[in-house]
Amino acid sequence: MKLLLALIRRDLALSLRQGGGAGTALGFFLAVVVLLPIGIGPDQALLARIAPGALWISLLLSVLLSADRIFQQDYEDGSLDIMTMGPVPFELVALAKAAAHWLSTSLPLAIAAPLLGFLVNLEPQAILPLAASMVLGSAALSLLAAVGAAVTVGLRRGGLLVSILVLPLYVPVMIFGLSASQPGAAPGLTTASLLILAAITLVSLVVSPLASAAALRSYLK
Amino acid sequence: MQYLANPTRFLKIANAVLPYVWAITIGLFAIGLYGGLVTSPQDYQQGETVRIMYVHVPAAWMALFVYSVMALASAVAVIFRHPLADVAAKTAAPIGAVFCFLALATGSLWGKPMWGAWWVWDARLTSMFVLMLLYIGYMAIWAAIEDPHRAAMVARVVALVGFINVPIVKFSVDWWNSLHQPASVFRMDGPTIHGSMLWPLLVMGLAYSFLFLALHLVSIRAEVAARKIRQIHIAEIGER
Repeated sequence: MKLLLALIRRDLALSLRQGGGAGTALGFFLAVVVLLPIGIGPDQALLARIAPGALWISLLLSVLLSADRIFQQDYEDGSLDIMTMGPVPFELVALAKAAAHWLSTSLPLAIAAPLLGFLVNLEPQAILPLAASMVLGSAALSLLAAVGAAVTVGLRRGGLLVSILVLPLYVPVMIFGLSASQPGAAPGLTTASLLILAAITLVSLVVSPLASAAALRSYLK
Repeated sequence: MQYLANPTRFLKIANAVLPYVWAITIGLFAIGLYGGLVTSPQDYQQGETVRIMYVHVPAAWMALFVYSVMALASAVAVIFRHPLADVAAKTAAPIGAVFCFLALATGSLWGKPMWGAWWVWDARLTSMFVLMLLYIGYMAIWAAIEDPHRAAMVARVVALVGFINVPIVKFSVDWWNSLHQPASVFRMDGPTIHGSMLWPLLVMGLAYSFLFLALHLVSIRAEVAARKIRQIHIAEIGER
């Protein structure tokens, strides 16, 4: 457990001090959100209707774009090879890396996104459900991104491939994340969607470390 | 299953059964298409367009079935290290993708006169579309990784993780209120579809299954041959 926390701390420190971490992802997120009103026109009513969806899509893209950093560096400099031989089970190493990605990138984005909703005329009463669903969902996003990153870690141009592989898995997260943050939805719907979202996150929590570790091992052999 | 682990033995059996499989496939398609397009009645609401169902529904079944075959083969590869399992999973993917595309395309042709739109973003359609993307991603992995051994190991992970989507597609119409019809053949309380329409549909389902079996055997054969050629090339380079 101590070793795991050390791993997470190491990854967090790396991503904070190296630059290109959470700040860059946030910048990318802002760029996408700003492009949207330019692309579809500044109609306030229309923007308010699509605001949760626009924020969710921007979140997915930002998380995806930063996904390749989860394992890439440690794969290239050989740290992952050493971690396979360490005392920590390799599945937990994969989990620690996904957790570090969540803490450094997805979670800050998920907290910042609803606050940036004013850019796309998000209704104020939708901010809280949107924040709840994004914080819950962002954990699943990071875990699934880790699988995609692991599967493509040894490829020279894995970036686009990660998107093809991971976006289909993001669809359920986004569907329930959106139905939780619909403005004017039935009161039971938000709770039910949040519960399903939590279920998806828990399933990813189980599947992701196993899958990522298996994929990484095939590259490390 | 262990008996079939020897590729040469497998190929011998495949070559022996293939002519019969093709014959059964053609026979079933003849009966099924005749039943579906000629003898079965028109629908009282949909008219003649109901006949698209005989092509559409079995294709959708097969799209799900082939992905399950792929996932099963990947699981067998992980657990038993069966030498042909990876080949079976790899060759099933393009066939399944075509079935999936066929289901989407025929569904779209049917949707235009019935729903008034080529495409609607509804639970079943969306999840089928996602299945198509999963097929594409799986094939992309095989294409992206040069070393076939490593590609096989990574592709197993992709196939097994993507398999989570299959039950979601299957039950999407039951879980969400959807524009798409709920299941009418495989139900707990028996089929709700009339016998005169049911039998051509089931025959078509069988015909599609045999078509898949035939195509799968042929492409496994081709893949094994391709690997032999690759090894001969490598050996030749080594001799030089």
